[in-house]
Amino acid sequence: MSTPRRLLAAGFAATLTAFLPAAATAQGNLTVYCSVQEEWCRPMMQAFERATGVRVAMTRKSSGETLTQIRAEAANPRGDVWWGGTGDPHMQAGEENLTAEYQSPRMSELHDWATRQAQQARFRTVGIYAGALGYSYSAPELARRRIAAPTCWADLAKPEFRGEIQVADPNTSGTAYTMLATLIQVLGEEPAFTYLRALHRNVNQYTRSGAAPARAAATGETLVGITFLHDAVAQKVNGAPVEIVAPCEGTGYEIGSMSIIRGARNMENAQRFYDWALSPEAQGLAGPANAYQLPSNRTAPIPPQAPRFENIRLIDYDFARWGSAAERTRVITRWEREVRAGAR
Amino acid sequence: MGALTLARVALICATLGLFLAPWHGLQDGLSELAAWPVGTAAPLVALLLDGSRWWLWPVALLLALAAPALLRGRAGGGLAWIGGLLVLAVLGAGYAIGLNGLQWGWLAPLLGAPPPQPSLGWGAFLVLAGGIGLFAAGQAARGRFGADAFVAFLVCGCGFLLILFVFLPLVNMLSAALYEDGRLAPAAFGARLVAPEAWSLACVTSHAGCGVVWNTLLLASLTAVISTLLGLAFALLAVRGGARGPVSAGAFRAMTILPLITPPFVVSLALIVLFGRTGIVTGLLWDWFDIPRSRWIYGLPGVLLAQVLAQAPIAFLLLDGALRAISPSLEEAASTMGARRMRVFRTVTWPLLKPALAASFLLAFVESLADFGNPLVLGGDFDVLSTRIFFAIAGARHDPGRAAALALLLLAITFGAFALQALWLGKRRYTTVTGKGDSGIPAPLPKGLKFTCAAVAWPWMIFTAAVYGIILVGGFVHDIGRGDLSFTWRHLGTGFEVGWFDGAPAFIGSAWDSLFTTIQVAAISAPLTAGLGILLAWLIARQNFPGRRGLEFMTMLSFAIPGTVVGVSYIMAFNVPPVELTGTALILVICFVFRNLPVGVRGGIAALAQIDKSLDEASATMGGGAFATLRRVVLPLLRPAIVTALAYSFVTAMTAVSAVIFLVSARHNLATVYIVGRVEAGEMALAIAYSTVLIVIMLGMVLGIEKLVGRARLGRGSAPTIPSGA
Repeated sequence: MSTPRRLLAAGFAATLTAFLPAAATAQGNLTVYCSVQEEWCRPMMQAFERATGVRVAMTRKSSGETLTQIRAEAANPRGDVWWGGTGDPHMQAGEENLTAEYQSPRMSELHDWATRQAQQARFRTVGIYAGALGYSYSAPELARRRIAAPTCWADLAKPEFRGEIQVADPNTSGTAYTMLATLIQVLGEEPAFTYLRALHRNVNQYTRSGAAPARAAATGETLVGITFLHDAVAQKVNGAPVEIVAPCEGTGYEIGSMSIIRGARNMENAQRFYDWALSPEAQGLAGPANAYQLPSNRTAPIPPQAPRFENIRLIDYDFARWGSAAERTRVITRWEREVRAGAR
Repeated sequence: MGALTLARVALICATLGLFLAPWHGLQDGLSELAAWPVGTAAPLVALLLDGSRWWLWPVALLLALAAPALLRGRAGGGLAWIGGLLVLAVLGAGYAIGLNGLQWGWLAPLLGAPPPQPSLGWGAFLVLAGGIGLFAAGQAARGRFGADAFVAFLVCGCGFLLILFVFLPLVNMLSAALYEDGRLAPAAFGARLVAPEAWSLACVTSHAGCGVVWNTLLLASLTAVISTLLGLAFALLAVRGGARGPVSAGAFRAMTILPLITPPFVVSLALIVLFGRTGIVTGLLWDWFDIPRSRWIYGLPGVLLAQVLAQAPIAFLLLDGALRAISPSLEEAASTMGARRMRVFRTVTWPLLKPALAASFLLAFVESLADFGNPLVLGGDFDVLSTRIFFAIAGARHDPGRAAALALLLLAITFGAFALQALWLGKRRYTTVTGKGDSGIPAPLPKGLKFTCAAVAWPWMIFTAAVYGIILVGGFVHDIGRGDLSFTWRHLGTGFEVGWFDGAPAFIGSAWDSLFTTIQVAAISAPLTAGLGILLAWLIARQNFPGRRGLEFMTMLSFAIPGTVVGVSYIMAFNVPPVELTGTALILVICFVFRNLPVGVRGGIAALAQIDKSLDEASATMGGGAFATLRRVVLPLLRPAIVTALAYSFVTAMTAVSAVIFLVSARHNLATVYIVGRVEAGEMALAIAYSTVLIVIMLGMVLGIEKLVGRARLGRGSAPTIPSGA
């Protein structure tokens, strides 16, 4: 038994040493909560480390999970910056006083939609990219069924799409909530709910994650998936036989945001990261990382595959109203009662 | 061990904590030790002398009070008071005065406005351990716990840990069900408990879905019954399958270990690749038999399939162990008296298997209740409590009150299951391994039963092989989801690329960090879990002391709580002083230890139930204390249970996801959380490739543990080696 025991002891010693925190570097540390896809998070953090010498520790989690974590840690914050993820949870964190105000000197370089959102959030968050809502469909499946290519929201309510549409559940996904808010802003509240009831009959599954329908359409698990367009573009670039549609009636969009966590331990580095992340160089890292959103810096290069906002009929999305917790609860509750509970 | 020895050790430990170790936690790691004995690394005695922690003087006084008698060699019952007060003083002061000064307003007249107090560190930990030791010694001196100080210390220590790491976080979290907008609201609590989202029966009469409670119950019962039966079929074939028994046993073991060591989500992904609307099998059925493609896999059938794939092997392991442990002498006696094979099986073997069957059913039932990964991927519109709780906390509509109420319902179901198990087993005895000599050859299976088992087991094996084949292939082809089967190293490269910089290997791949952390955490938590679990099992099964049921209840509690709830309750409980653990790897270890503890405990109890108490008594008669009995009699006999607990806790630590998804930090990320992220982003191939790597590692570990600790088998002739010439 002595050999195994010695082995165990050695294993223990080896593992224990790994628990000693690494020595701090001269430039200090920074902890980032990242809510976009991993393959974009990682090069961003590496580039920042190279540019400044600050040691970055990064965790990737969805924006809902991150918000939960920041709430739970509010008394003793662990993170410094929350980078990426759809804007609503960022706005909500600002509303709940979980994030700190900061006005970057780069604010003047940003698109109007980004500055407007920052003002609405009293500078507790800032837009770093935007993505329009839309849908994608599996082209071979559509051809096989000889269905005319859809171009509008209204097309999706047609009977030939029965059981063929996938969209996320607004209870769990910000994407789906953006769709509710968009339809209400495009059509007006009553017609929007009439439309949603018709759409409900065609939905085969309300997924939990917002981007899942794009993947399902790419593999043919569903005919149509309603998502943000950049999620669908990522599938298409990957070789999936999907066509991407920006609905003709006009559509809403999300603003991926960035916030500094109130009480951040490394406030100085957090602000450094914040300024850097708004620079054209930093935002230019999106395209190579397969992220096809529109960057918020006016001079940042736009990935060639990204859906251009010029070609999409964008509505004037009211982030202040639809980002508020009260309005959100009201709309989702009504959707649950009048749409979700209905027969399919 | 005598009370005096324990008390002296405890006193030394507490004194070290008082004079040497830094009292508060080191925020920046060991580099702070340079400041010792002042500054942030100061021991308590320095803090007391400079007056900054004057409210902790009782700690020093209590120790001074305990010392004289102990030095003179007397350990009295008064030590219990001293020890108890010591623990209360340290923890009470820690909770009363936090980072923002005084937390408990009602103590203001006594304490005034004290300065902020950071978290407790090593010094406080030593004093707490000493306090518990003194308390236990005092109790033993009074004659409690059979006047055995060793047992007393184990019970008190385990009880303290369980209260701190299981009970308090849970109560803290569940109390959220009582609050609405920060105010106490009993009405809202009632409304949440009977909400239609939980109890609606609409699916019986209309197209709308049923309440989550019904969904959960249905899924868990089906999973438990099917996996137990499958496991039984496998176990019977393996142990009693006659001449080819050992062969199939080897095959089953190799096969059944696979689902056990698979990270969550992966089986679900493979099922989608096979049975999704564009899946491989679906496509074949469509081409050959014109069976229309459907989406049946998304919902109850898919989740059930995935859960049974995961649970049947565990049932097999449990039943296999129990079958092997059944002494053949009873069966031989039955056959000698002329009973046919079927009758022997029905009246002797089956009843003796009852505890293991109940354990396997319960385990599968509870695992299904807590499963989160499979319903997440395959659930479709079929919602169960665990996912509903997760999204009540992490979803777009954040509602901790609702989550807490749903968690309460889930707990109630789990305890209902435990109660049913106790009812079924009754108070009968199931001991078959006794001190008396017993040898013999187990009776072979009745023919009909054997064929049934084979007819069930082998097709299931093939199905399992297909699922794992998909997983193996999936990581090495371009995109298995779309049927692009050209070979590539790309996915593995993204995760596990190794570069060469300045003559040293550099791990560039994005998955390395999480892989290293996962292995470390699993390697540390597994022996802790197994050790603590077996100790607790022994205490619960073999010792009689006040509060035994309470201790058992608390060990099972952490198993019943869905991981998501554990994760959030941990982050709420351990993010602020006095016990500040978030962001460290320690919180991951603790979480795993206390979540996996029940398996060690239950396995230990089941194994102990088959070892006759007369062995303990023999040891005691010959003058062995509790410690000697445990070390020289019980532990060697429990080796199979220990190996199982070790392997199980290592593997679950590597595959758990729901509890740790909130606990991982930037520096300590875990493999499963990383994989979930890949799945979320739709990068199935990388997720599957990473899972393959994990599977290979875990397989190596499990086999290694078996090799190192020894094959889990009780010594008894298993096959006829002597030709029966006479």
